[in-house]
Amino acid sequence: MKPRTRRIAELAVEIAVPLMILAAIFAWTASTPTFYFPPLSDVFERFGNTWLFERFGSDAWPSLRRMFLGYAIAVVVAVAAGVALGSSPTLRRATAPIVEFLRSIPPPALIPFAIVVIGIGDDMKVFIIAFVCLWPVLLNTIDGINGIDPTLKDTARVYGISGRDKLLRVTLPAASPQIFAGMRLSLSLALILMVISEMVASTNGIGFFVLQSQRSFAIPEMWSGILLLGILGYLFNLAFLIIERRVLAWHRGARASTLG
Amino acid sequence: MLAPFAAVVLLLALWELVVRSGLVSETSIPPATGALGELFSLFGDSAFWAAVGQTLEGWAIGLGIAIALGIPLGLLIGSSRWAYRALRAPIEFLRPIPSVALIPLAVLIYGQGLESKVFLVAFASFWPLLIQTIYGVQDVDPVATDTARSFGLGRRERMWRITVPSAVPYIATGIRISSAVALILAVTAELVIGAAGLGREINVARSGGDLNSMYALIVATGLVGWALNLATTAGERRVLHWHPSQRGVAT
Amino acid sequence: MALLEINGLGKTYGEGDGATRAIGDVSFSLDEREFVCVVGPSGCGKTTLLKCMSGLLEPTDGQVLLRGERVAGPPESMALVFQEYSRSLLPWMSVRGNVVMPLRHKKLDKAEATRLVEEAVDAVGLTEFIDRYPWQLSGGMQQRVAIARALAYQPEILLMDEPFASVDAQTRGDLEDLILQVRDRYDMTILFVTHDIDESVYLSDRIVVLSPSPTEVREILDVSLPHPRDQVETKELQDFARLRAHVYRLIKRRQEGAEEPVPAA
Repeated sequence: MKPRTRRIAELAVEIAVPLMILAAIFAWTASTPTFYFPPLSDVFERFGNTWLFERFGSDAWPSLRRMFLGYAIAVVVAVAAGVALGSSPTLRRATAPIVEFLRSIPPPALIPFAIVVIGIGDDMKVFIIAFVCLWPVLLNTIDGINGIDPTLKDTARVYGISGRDKLLRVTLPAASPQIFAGMRLSLSLALILMVISEMVASTNGIGFFVLQSQRSFAIPEMWSGILLLGILGYLFNLAFLIIERRVLAWHRGARASTLG
Repeated sequence: MLAPFAAVVLLLALWELVVRSGLVSETSIPPATGALGELFSLFGDSAFWAAVGQTLEGWAIGLGIAIALGIPLGLLIGSSRWAYRALRAPIEFLRPIPSVALIPLAVLIYGQGLESKVFLVAFASFWPLLIQTIYGVQDVDPVATDTARSFGLGRRERMWRITVPSAVPYIATGIRISSAVALILAVTAELVIGAAGLGREINVARSGGDLNSMYALIVATGLVGWALNLATTAGERRVLHWHPSQRGVAT
Repeated sequence: MALLEINGLGKTYGEGDGATRAIGDVSFSLDEREFVCVVGPSGCGKTTLLKCMSGLLEPTDGQVLLRGERVAGPPESMALVFQEYSRSLLPWMSVRGNVVMPLRHKKLDKAEATRLVEEAVDAVGLTEFIDRYPWQLSGGMQQRVAIARALAYQPEILLMDEPFASVDAQTRGDLEDLILQVRDRYDMTILFVTHDIDESVYLSDRIVVLSPSPTEVREILDVSLPHPRDQVETKELQDFARLRAHVYRLIKRRQEGAEEPVPAA
């Protein structure tokens, strides 16, 4: 197959196959509706009714607000702590087992702890999200700081670059590819913890909505909530990639030129 | 060598102090000695070990399903250009769906027992494994496959002798990630649905007001997580050791 | 008083039986506006020597004096150009950003800093590329950015650690001429470490020849070749060949007093 024809064929396949799968699901659920898998058209209809925009304010917004607050807190604390630990081998060695243990605790196991100590309100959810999202960013920040090229450090010493300037213009940018990798992982964790915390103890939120719908057997509604979560997951990932691509444009350029 | 030990002791002492001095109410956090004492008595409690077994049961079966499905599918999709292009979009869409969103669905179909847990664990751990396997296959050195082809090795032989071995480091990383995800989902299912296991025990302790038990169980669950983490990381390291030039975590 | 004095410098790594003596005993000095090259066989600790001289490493014996004051850490009036330019430039900043970076703590007003930067970038011939990023430039151009950065810093003395070793031969010639021009334009004192014997003779006013490890000064030669130097004409001179041969023999000669190998029985 000629290269150009091949490229067009590949693009066609990439677009056509998902559409075909979607159409197949549509048709199958419409023709043989089961209780668990209602017609896709119903789900879409409920999706439009519920999330655009009737329940957006009452459920989606609180969820998103909690998630981003927890995430932001985690990133700020993790980067700060990561810089401190990354720059001091002694501190790092001392805290290593504690960090390893704390991050191995499966996040859901911490929810009862959070409920007991903080309660069942917004604070608890923000805390859980922040606590869990902390670790990937922290560990990656430490790795990033630790792995800064010694020539770069020597350069900073020779030219008298130190203190705040060094931190903001040398250390953090140098570690930023690693930090972003951690932030990306934490973003998906934030979404997961948001949902779990709402399923366990909440009076609003997307996770709460999905669970409630199931309990009251409002199945199309339940699916609309699941669909929303999938879309949100996809969109957050996409948005993050776009931001990362812009911020780390220099990194891709530098790597490409060394590999090419 | 001394530093980490000292840090842990310091932390525990701080915990004990903060509670005993009344800074933090004893109704929310028991003193360290209380919780840790309970932890040790748990180790002698057969009901505790039964719960550990139940958690690991869901983890193992679900992870096993994910491995049985994810690796072969990953190998197939990764090595077929058309399959990859066709399925890339659906995979990218399904992959970020938080598996916890399917908890209500699982309850609906499978009820509140082991099957629900296994379903959730399998669904969640499938994706990292699939993605890692695909990336591992795609990262195979084309020079190696070309050399093999010039030696007359057929498709199946090339797959087993070249592709799979060089994808193994990626797969090992995938298993490590999936193992952690599997444990998270297992405990989540126990917590939210009430399937048997450590997660349920923690919840029961909380609602019964038995704080010492609750904290002890949380620490125990952390230890299980830690142990699994160490095991899979060690396994991954051993495999990577054989392939010094190849390493990668698909992001 | 000499600008830079190295007195009995020694550097030993490790302790006890496992100790390695990288530098034995090195002494020499530099006067203002001199271009001094330091040459030696591979692995003779040239980079260690440079790190001690620039204050990045602390010597085990002896001392380095800059204008009579002991060097205990990288001095303010000294700049260093590294061999690995790609790891020394900040990839997230443009050429302008990289060159201005060391000036930020000098408390100059913005106009003055901009002037210094633009002049330095012009001196290395990269004015067109001042807003590009390092990865968009070739190896030789990146090293020029590093040189511009050192120039804008306005040091009293410039140390260079085999700066053209990672660059192809033709570019190396261009960069050698560039550094000579820069020295004239800025009236700079330069200490240039290299393993390339031709380069050392071509560039310098004086050559310090080192011995293999543990490093010592074998000889210090005066280079009285005419200025300005030219890649073709200077290298055709008899004096050039003579100096070159002399340095070559000094380097290739086995260490003084070393035992002759026992002939096979």
